[in-house]
Amino acid sequence: MAHAQWRNTRYRLSRSPVTVLGLAIVALVVLVMLLAPLLAPYDPDRLHLAVRLAAPSRHHWFGTDEVGRDLLSRVIWGSRSSVTAGIITVAISMSLGTLIGAFSGFAAGWFDTAIMRVMDVLLAFPSFILAMALAAALGPSLINAIVPIAIVRTPYYVRLARGQTLSLRNRGYVQAARSFGSSPWHIVRRHILPNSLAPIVVQATLDIGLAILTVSALSFIGLGAQQPTAEWGAMVASGREYFLDQWWYPTFPGLAILVTASGFNLFGDGLRELLDPRLRGR
Amino acid sequence: MSLLQILCRRLLLAIMVVFGVVVVTFIVSHLIPGDPARLMAGEHASAQTVQHMQHVLGLDRPLPEQFAIYVGRLVRGDLGLSIRTQRPVSEDIRHFFPATIELSLAALLFALAFGLFLGVVAAVYKDTWIDQLARVISIVGISMPAFWLGLLLLELFYNWLGLLPGTGRLQEGLAAPPAVTGMFTVDALLAGEWGTLRSALEHLALPTFTLGFVILGIIMRQIRSAMIEVLQEDYIRTARAGGLSPTRIILGHALRNALIPSVTMLGLTFGDLLYGAVLTETIFAWPGMGNYVVESISSLDFPSIMGFAVVASLAYVLINLAVDLSYLVLDPQIREIG
Repeated sequence: MAHAQWRNTRYRLSRSPVTVLGLAIVALVVLVMLLAPLLAPYDPDRLHLAVRLAAPSRHHWFGTDEVGRDLLSRVIWGSRSSVTAGIITVAISMSLGTLIGAFSGFAAGWFDTAIMRVMDVLLAFPSFILAMALAAALGPSLINAIVPIAIVRTPYYVRLARGQTLSLRNRGYVQAARSFGSSPWHIVRRHILPNSLAPIVVQATLDIGLAILTVSALSFIGLGAQQPTAEWGAMVASGREYFLDQWWYPTFPGLAILVTASGFNLFGDGLRELLDPRLRGR
Repeated sequence: MSLLQILCRRLLLAIMVVFGVVVVTFIVSHLIPGDPARLMAGEHASAQTVQHMQHVLGLDRPLPEQFAIYVGRLVRGDLGLSIRTQRPVSEDIRHFFPATIELSLAALLFALAFGLFLGVVAAVYKDTWIDQLARVISIVGISMPAFWLGLLLLELFYNWLGLLPGTGRLQEGLAAPPAVTGMFTVDALLAGEWGTLRSALEHLALPTFTLGFVILGIIMRQIRSAMIEVLQEDYIRTARAGGLSPTRIILGHALRNALIPSVTMLGLTFGDLLYGAVLTETIFAWPGMGNYVVESISSLDFPSIMGFAVVASLAYVLINLAVDLSYLVLDPQIREIG
């Protein structure tokens, strides 16, 4: 059964080259992230004033910045802050949202109503503006950019998990567990969560691209990672001053953001079509 | 559920949301590290001045009372005094608002025109290379950091080709047209100042493309999936069997019906417009609210940041309420289901 399903999935993947491209990009980015110390030709923080603002060349493929740091090395190391920040953001909002949503849907009644109204209010905010205000209040740092974005994205998972729970709570096995006197925590953990994860994981994959973009945007306007951390958004921001004569400086870190976000979005989009029977064949 | 009941429910929710916005911004402004009174009074102020400032700002009163004062001020349109510009924040926002509206409207028009076209074409040629290409364009649009796209366009069209101006809203030395709407293109058109209009349009081009491209992907996706759904309906098959031309079926029958579910998306797009405008205005030194708030952030001007957050959030809530209500009017099915 599992084997057939896997073959089926593999067949459908092969019909969607764009999804495979997304998967390849994601794999490549993760690889770069893990192997950064081996791949980066130079120390990303080492100043080398003799070669400041050098154009791309054989020695420095992406050129150098205003204090002579190798931009290729900084883009490679930057994946660690930018992509990790994206993944952590989504991990927080996904786990928090899924837990709240599952319990809210399972408990029903006034608790559920109250939670959902709070989520409506949060969803009605323009999310970037809320994240920006929160990050500004907390003070500029990468962590203080991650937390607000995670909070702002949590309601999406609450809704998703609650919907899943509502469709599962009257299933026979959940009813049976209840009649045996299992605790709500046990039922949610053992029966509800494992059976409602697929759409949540798809949403999370799509969200990682968005989170990477948002974190880098906050860094760009000065609310995220601070110098000398190698982070893509912050690198575009500092390269901005030089872009008229040193086009390479902001170009490569920005390209890294675009390619990475596209990879996660293409893959997530394809995954959604693969797993959602309603979208299949559309 | 009757239309009236639905209306009441939506309105009630909107009021709750507005209240939520006020509560959240109040909480956030109290999270601010350091003492706002000290920020206001300046770095070298004496303890006595800071205490006086605390009293003036009402910061020495209990929290519920502070909240009541805060709400009272908001109702009167008082958003506090900007630390950076030393002007009332509401005045600043009024001053910078038209430029943002002009840019957002231009970007929305651009994105709608291309998004509709690409969405329809992708749906009609579903699963062909055209569809795949449109999908890639849409994903690249969604994944594009607006601040970076703006820089690239500046580099290409301003620095290398010299075709378009770099930053600002008008050529240097050119006077702004007599203010009617505050949008330079519209005002220049109304006053018949063609030279000014041309300059305003040239300055608007790159920011519009930057902001529009980011939204285009979202619009295209929505139109594509709505069109695909509609194209499978029986009445389309009937129209086809009746021998109507494909163009007429697509534009006259399918698109009209696909647009209805897409209306709600417009309200949500406003959030993305706001987000994009903050980044785009920064790059192009476009003197709008986005640029204003980023400059406020770099000088820790919290009254301006919070003022902008309140106004932007309220605008977002109201626009979405308006969109929801127009949706009710447009789609009779919703009225019956609720």
